[in-house]
Amino acid sequence: MEKSLQLEHPYDEFLRKDRIPHIWCEGCGNGIILNCFVKALQELNIDLNKVVVISGIGCIGRLSGYTNTDSYHTTHGRPIAFATGVKLANPELKVVVISGDGDLFAIGGNHFIHAARRNVDIQVICANNFVYGMTGGQVGPTTPLEALTTTTPYGNIEQPFNLVHLSTAAGAVYVARWTTLHVRRLTESIKKALQKEGFSFVEVVSPCPEIYGRYNKMGTALEMMNWFKEASEVRHFSDPAKAEISSEKIVVGEFVDIEKPSYGRLLQEMIAKFQEDKEKKT
Amino acid sequence: MEKEKKAVLAGQHFMSGNDACAEGAIAAGCRFFAGYPITPASELAERMARRLPQVGGVYIQMEDEIASIAAVLGASYAGVKSMTATSGPGFSLMMENIGLASMTETPCVIVDIMRGGPSTGQPTKPGQQDVMQAKWGSHGDYEIIALAPSSVQEMFDFTIEAFNLSETYRVPTFVLGDAIIAHMLERVTILSADGIQIVNRKKPTNPPSEYAPFKPDDDLVPPMACFGEGYRFYATGLTHDERGYPQTDSALFQQKLVQRLCDKIRKNAEEIVKVEEILLEDAEVVVVAYGIVFRSALSAVRIARSQGIKAGLLRLVTLWPFPDKQVSNVAQKVKRLLVPEMNYGQLVREVERVAKRTPVVFLPKLGEEPHKPMEIVEALRRV
Repeated sequence: MEKSLQLEHPYDEFLRKDRIPHIWCEGCGNGIILNCFVKALQELNIDLNKVVVISGIGCIGRLSGYTNTDSYHTTHGRPIAFATGVKLANPELKVVVISGDGDLFAIGGNHFIHAARRNVDIQVICANNFVYGMTGGQVGPTTPLEALTTTTPYGNIEQPFNLVHLSTAAGAVYVARWTTLHVRRLTESIKKALQKEGFSFVEVVSPCPEIYGRYNKMGTALEMMNWFKEASEVRHFSDPAKAEISSEKIVVGEFVDIEKPSYGRLLQEMIAKFQEDKEKKT
Repeated sequence: MEKEKKAVLAGQHFMSGNDACAEGAIAAGCRFFAGYPITPASELAERMARRLPQVGGVYIQMEDEIASIAAVLGASYAGVKSMTATSGPGFSLMMENIGLASMTETPCVIVDIMRGGPSTGQPTKPGQQDVMQAKWGSHGDYEIIALAPSSVQEMFDFTIEAFNLSETYRVPTFVLGDAIIAHMLERVTILSADGIQIVNRKKPTNPPSEYAPFKPDDDLVPPMACFGEGYRFYATGLTHDERGYPQTDSALFQQKLVQRLCDKIRKNAEEIVKVEEILLEDAEVVVVAYGIVFRSALSAVRIARSQGIKAGLLRLVTLWPFPDKQVSNVAQKVKRLLVPEMNYGQLVREVERVAKRTPVVFLPKLGEEPHKPMEIVEALRRV
């Protein structure tokens, strides 16, 4: 009996076991995202010594503390800027940013669009739960119109960002959106993003039943997952501009998959040219 | 070998302070620069954009100063000596991640070419208005190191020193220049690489399984592993234990960590702090000056001496940690201290704090130029 309790979990190698259990609420989608990310690493057989997981502030910001890789928990909104420095300083590293909608698109919005524009070779995974969870449920950049939050007690009057449209316009070479219900397809998209050269973006629509769901009478985590099931519509390479999330429809799938040289590649080519010129001279 | 030659431009040069600072950084081993254009520091970034690719380094212009310092931290954790350069408004934007650099003990150099403030102020004019911001700009208790060059040569030398201190103590280190030193041209002597002392961060000697990223040695500084070296460590801006794990509830961890972050600088102040003592032996009134104002003060003290005033000069090379002991020692022996600064009363507060009963006279100067030597001479005569 005791022996069976000591069996290793297939993901033990990928997690800091002494940091588990995590801090997330029951029904939160963050655990699913961590699971899919770890599965993607495992299936790609990536050298964990060369992976750096970087997160910002918020519930999912704690994720970098759970992966058994080099990892860094930045200030609010700054993981992409920090990741840019890491990747350019050591191009051998696989640099992944995993953070939330508030961190990446409100306080960190400027860093997101510029990293996408430059095509810095980093992978960004965004847990979009429509709300600031860790601070108690305030309105965020993806909160739907009319939604109730602690700071929109009479209903949200701000237009939300459509993240797949935003990231496409900013220049991302790979853009996908799934919900936490689509674990297999999400894992496949993360794998694809990890293998892509350049700035790739995966949005994961994720339930926050404890705060967002409760405020908006969306029921339990299971009921929120049911909403994802009913509202999701897989439409690969559809127009990202028309992929706004509504209570009736969540368009999911891959939106962008293009080739473009990354900033890091162009930079290394420039540096290499210098070394060649010097060799010619000498 | 060829690469090394290019990194250190040994010889005599006639160059600006901004250029000298960039060359000092490259000579110190800096291979990553992230910045955002700002007067009067832009030429520094321009020099780095031209020079870094020549030595295999990375220059990137970020979207703002917040991103610049964040990228500098990232590059440092990836194992590359990194820096940024800015001026007052950009310096203010960097304060958030200067706190993060303190908390995660990230070696990095931040050059602040001071101009007139507050706000946009006088962008092309010099000032010494950021000396308190350098120490207190981010929230919480922490210590940093700040050096104040007074010449173009010192822009080169002190930048190397800043990297060495930053690597030694794993602390953000500032070079506080100003618009005059940054833009003026002077002769700079650059030694060959062999003549330049370079310090690199200490690395862990134990295997990854035994490595605790924030466990200090006796000098209170933890050895630093970098990303990709197989240590698979975690660093966070949250209060953490020696393993780097968040400890946000117990006062014990807050006390232990914050005290060490401060004490690693305070207790090593003896090693860090540098001042210059000029004509102090029989001095009755002593000018305490730093940066560009030091040059006027030096002339002033010589003129005052020729007029029979027993004047002396204490030049602060290190502004932070503040040279408490050195200023206090001088204060005890003299009748009065005179503090000329290009601001409306900043470092003079520190002088007053340690001078105790010795009267301190403040001589402010705001705007276009530093004090003329005769202005300081007159003040010396009055006191």
